[in-house]
Amino acid sequence: MTSLTGNPPAGMVLNEESTAGRLWQAMRGDRGGQILLGILLLLGVAVPVLHLFVPENSAMHLSGYTVTLLGKYLCYGLLAIAVDLVWGYCGILSLGHAAFFSLGGYAMGMYLMRQIGTRGVYGDPVLPDFMVFLNYKELPWFWHGFDMFWFAMIMVLLAPGLLAYAFGWLAFRSRVTGVYLSIITQALTYALMLAFFRNDMGFGGNNGFTDFKDLLGFALNNPGTRIGLFICTVIVLALAYMACRYIVASRAGRVVAAIRDAESRTRFIGYRVESYKVWIFTFSAVLAGIAGALYVPQVGIINPSEFAPINSIEVVIWVAVGGRGTLYGAVAGAVLVNYAKTYFTAALPEFWLYALGALFVLATLFLPKGLVGLRSKVKDAV
Amino acid sequence: MLLSTGRDIRSWLNLIACICFSFLAVSVQAQEVADSSEATASSASSAMAEGYDALVMQLPAATYSDKSEIVLKLLKLQTPAARSVLTAFLEDSLYSRTADGKVFIGTEAEDGLKLVDAITLQAAGSEPVEGFEKIGTNNSLRKALRAAVAQFDLSSELAEKRAAAVTEMLRSLDEASAAALRAQLGRETDPKIKESISIGLALVDLDSSEAKTRLAAIETLQGSMNPDVYNRLKQLVTPDESGGYSELDVEVRAAALKLVTHMESMRSLYGAGETVFFGISLGSVLVLSAIGLAITFGVMGVINMAHGELMMLGAYTTYVIQLLMPDHIGISVLVAIPAAFMVSGLVGVLIERGLVRFLYGRPLETLLATFGVSLILQQIVRDVFTANNRPVQTPDWMSGSLQLNEAFALTYNRLYVVLFTALAFVALLLVLKRTTLGLNVRAVAQNRAMARAMGIRTAWVDAMTFGLGSGIAGVAGVALSQLTNVGPNLGQQYIVDSFMVVVFGGVGNLWGTLISGMSLGVVNKLLEPYAGAVLAKIFVLIFLILFIQRRPRGLFPQKGRAAEG
Repeated sequence: MTSLTGNPPAGMVLNEESTAGRLWQAMRGDRGGQILLGILLLLGVAVPVLHLFVPENSAMHLSGYTVTLLGKYLCYGLLAIAVDLVWGYCGILSLGHAAFFSLGGYAMGMYLMRQIGTRGVYGDPVLPDFMVFLNYKELPWFWHGFDMFWFAMIMVLLAPGLLAYAFGWLAFRSRVTGVYLSIITQALTYALMLAFFRNDMGFGGNNGFTDFKDLLGFALNNPGTRIGLFICTVIVLALAYMACRYIVASRAGRVVAAIRDAESRTRFIGYRVESYKVWIFTFSAVLAGIAGALYVPQVGIINPSEFAPINSIEVVIWVAVGGRGTLYGAVAGAVLVNYAKTYFTAALPEFWLYALGALFVLATLFLPKGLVGLRSKVKDAV
Repeated sequence: MLLSTGRDIRSWLNLIACICFSFLAVSVQAQEVADSSEATASSASSAMAEGYDALVMQLPAATYSDKSEIVLKLLKLQTPAARSVLTAFLEDSLYSRTADGKVFIGTEAEDGLKLVDAITLQAAGSEPVEGFEKIGTNNSLRKALRAAVAQFDLSSELAEKRAAAVTEMLRSLDEASAAALRAQLGRETDPKIKESISIGLALVDLDSSEAKTRLAAIETLQGSMNPDVYNRLKQLVTPDESGGYSELDVEVRAAALKLVTHMESMRSLYGAGETVFFGISLGSVLVLSAIGLAITFGVMGVINMAHGELMMLGAYTTYVIQLLMPDHIGISVLVAIPAAFMVSGLVGVLIERGLVRFLYGRPLETLLATFGVSLILQQIVRDVFTANNRPVQTPDWMSGSLQLNEAFALTYNRLYVVLFTALAFVALLLVLKRTTLGLNVRAVAQNRAMARAMGIRTAWVDAMTFGLGSGIAGVAGVALSQLTNVGPNLGQQYIVDSFMVVVFGGVGNLWGTLISGMSLGVVNKLLEPYAGAVLAKIFVLIFLILFIQRRPRGLFPQKGRAAEG
């Protein structure tokens, strides 16, 4: 099988031993990645300036809504990278990444709920509103510690990470592959959705968490906080991209790609296929969790419908549209498809499902390598 | 039984008198009947001389207590007209004309009262309401009236009417109606009504002051599963706060306790039976929705994410068929089965020809593309039929339930779904095992390359397989339309479940799907009472996720070299 990357990453460079050196090598040959990082840098500078320093009546002013929207797209971009890492490079089609995304989101949401304190409708200093409403007498044990930011951030990484590790350890060791794996990842997110919809789970039932007030003492409705979150998202996305690029260009990354192309052969050569798979699956789930944690304070709500199987499948289509196995294509796909979604659901709501459905069909039929592949196709034709 | 336990002379007399009374009632003069039934008459005493006409004419002026006496007398007369008058009285539509005091049955219409003469039962035209006065009733009178009407119905030709009358009479039993019931017991031919009468009478006898009668009553109640009986007996054997029993006789209490224990064990047995039945009916739905999926997956190795939407199309086909033949709802469901098979099958073939065949060998892409199709189908249905649920009617022969006894009932729609699944399963089995198409399908499933080398047109087989699987999805939709709401999201509710069935059962053969669907259905329903519906489902999903670790290819995996990879 040929590598799916448009521009193959730099070859083995023996004289560059340090991590930074290897990353430099990996990025040097990655035109798409350079463009992506360039755009992110531009956004990271331009958006704050246009939002904070350009007067509101100017045509150049970016509204708070637009900033939040852009931030949301970038979170989706991060989620798409996570999916592309396992699907594009390891051949694991996960239909359950929304579960990891939502778990990260819920962990962040729990912190934000504890920050509300006495400002809630019922004014209880410890219990969030929904618990007072549901007659909880005291905080459930798993809510302890979430009043501390560092603890919540560890949980953002641990909750999706541990779930992915346990799930992957079980699934990959018994060599569940292909469609079977896709179906049970879907079952996983479906089961979690049903669980989180229950009121007595202690996660707010079908209303989820909302009405957040502040994060680390900064009010969330403040333009400065909004920009801070946006810049955070830009930085995390850039770092995550480089980390993924580093991984796929490393020796381990090559083994992972070998597993995608010929799993049995890789196993017979002597690699512990399941360890590689579990490891990359867990890493990807952690990325998805971080994306969820960045998403929640910007959007201001998290509820169990985020676990819905259709969400996970939508992520896959972002990656497919952008071009799988490229990383930067995944980000492009996520932003483009979500921009289209925002546009259509406002302009032609009944048309959106047709468009999304057609996107699934056309992308798989005619764009097996996504928009990134289209570019090289056009180049070849010219 | 009642007759064999030896009652006192008085009840024997009652019985005989009642029987005579009812035989004579219609034909013989009222005077004579009143005399011969003297023994039954406990409340009615002297004024039996009046005929029907006179009794009715007395109603307007009578006090409430007089009225109830008149009602009892009317009952004894057994004139057919009396029933109409009593019913009208009960329904508050008995009027007297202020001008001359004549009594009429009146129904309020736009132009006043439509009158029927209470004595002759002839229509008497319409007159304005102002000239009439309603003959009033109160609670105790209405109770008496209801019992009286029920006693009239007891001699009805129709078993249902008699049964309703028995239920009505048992609700407010006095000596007179008990006597009437005893009489009815002797000549009742319907075993069910007979049983409910004897149970009702035995319940009355439990209040008797004689321990022997109570013991006999408990004897009579043996074998009944009636919840009223259970509650009554339970009350006898449960000590009150001070540790005493409402039943003082030890022997009676022991008998009651024995019966209660027996009833409790039977009830839990029936309860378990019912749970298993619910499980099997849920399992049937799962099998029906998963079996088409299993075939396409088994033969072509592709997952059809639009499978749920093909079921939805089947359900909507049922709706359209019912719109087309509104006068024949009874057979509309039967017509819908082949129609839904055709509609969904055709859409399935279109999907295969237009999409799936280009993605051959790329199962994950097929999954995504068919998911796209499912979104489009949903939106089409939303645009055509709106997003609201469509009402699909249940034909008469599918509604109601099969009452095996008071504690065990099977609803017909679920029963038919189970039967229907069995039929569909057998039909599919025959198609696969006995037809040329089936042979080809199995050959391609086992070894595509070899089948091709033997001259089988695999492309054609693929299309037919996909059509077959989709057609069965449509048929499953017809069944679902009888169980759940028909809306654009119908397919999504079942798709994850049907995947689970396929994954659990494996794609090796149809029996795997049957066993896995049934066991998942039963396990789900068995867990429900302990964990609640949602948690039960979550447990089943977790179990499946764990199960797949041990058997990555399900219970009945495909065998052979072609199945690998």
